[in-house]
Amino acid sequence: MKLFRLLTGRRSAPLARERLQILLTHERATTGPSGLIAALREDILRVIAKHVDFPPEKVEIKVRNGEEVAVLEIDIEIPQALARTAMTRQRGFAVA
Amino acid sequence: MAEVLVVTSGKGGVGKTTSTAALGAALAQAGQNVVVVDFDVGLRNLDLVMGAERRVVYDLINVANGDVKLQQALIRDKRIDTLYLLAASQTRDKDALSEEGVRRCINELRARFDWVICDSPAGIERGAQLAMRFADLAVVVSNPEVSSVRDSDRIIGLLDSKTMKAASGERMEKLLLLTRYDKIRAGRGDMLSIDDVLEILSIPLLGIIPESEEVLRASNLGAPVTIANAQSAPARAYMDAAKRLQGESVPMTIPSGRQTLLTRLFGRRAA
Repeated sequence: MKLFRLLTGRRSAPLARERLQILLTHERATTGPSGLIAALREDILRVIAKHVDFPPEKVEIKVRNGEEVAVLEIDIEIPQALARTAMTRQRGFAVA
Repeated sequence: MAEVLVVTSGKGGVGKTTSTAALGAALAQAGQNVVVVDFDVGLRNLDLVMGAERRVVYDLINVANGDVKLQQALIRDKRIDTLYLLAASQTRDKDALSEEGVRRCINELRARFDWVICDSPAGIERGAQLAMRFADLAVVVSNPEVSSVRDSDRIIGLLDSKTMKAASGERMEKLLLLTRYDKIRAGRGDMLSIDDVLEILSIPLLGIIPESEEVLRASNLGAPVTIANAQSAPARAYMDAAKRLQGESVPMTIPSGRQTLLTRLFGRRAA
């Protein structure tokens, strides 16, 4: 095991860090005090579903907390086939 | 000008009780009037870690319910005379504690002490929320380990929504106490580093407590680690953290577990 690690140079901490960052981004959004993100997500999904048949897991909503403002990021991944007919990728508007 | 501090974490077993005892003792050793309060109703342990388990007659619930006077329930430490303990009840359950009773009790403690340190139960339920409810300041205890960091993040969310301070629109101050830190494993890339945890939780750092066998030894003896072996690495780290709580600026170092044979011999004998 040790030899394997020496050869591959694999460290476990970077993976722990990455997993936590992804998980907490999601959890902060859903368990946040205001529930704003959860509500937004629901509405956004509903709007998209009105126009295209779309898997909900392709919509990612997260909040990055800065000193003065938090940035709300909405990432919507659209298959090429749909993209031709539908939307563009949206990114980043600020909420106070 | 009393300061009410809650020691909390979400996850169990990360060192809340150890840290409550050690910070409380360190502040008292610096001459402050300190009371440590066990909020873990039904699973009390602060009395054991403080070495006062056979002296508990009345507890937090008795005081909160107005059955006895505060004076009757406070247990004075035998080693440091400015250090007191208010134990939790072992026979009642968490619902026996009313918010109004806790508020009255904390107010009374505020009038008597410089520091009121509340040892929170694990979890995010009623008991943990009551422990943090009237605090001015929170110490979030976390291990450099994924489940502990995740739960700390959750507790930070609660501190920002469920405390009186948060409810009245004030900012709840939160400080991170990183415990069981192993410099060597973190250096090897096999443990989350201090920077990793700070970046993820984004609250200021109060102190770094190195992993050490002295912590278990101290609890075996029934003494806060700052009393059991004041020269040990975790004791020095807790004392630095206590100084920071008092507003002193102390460089953030990680005391090393390595000691000369002499300090080790004398440190042990003194304990």
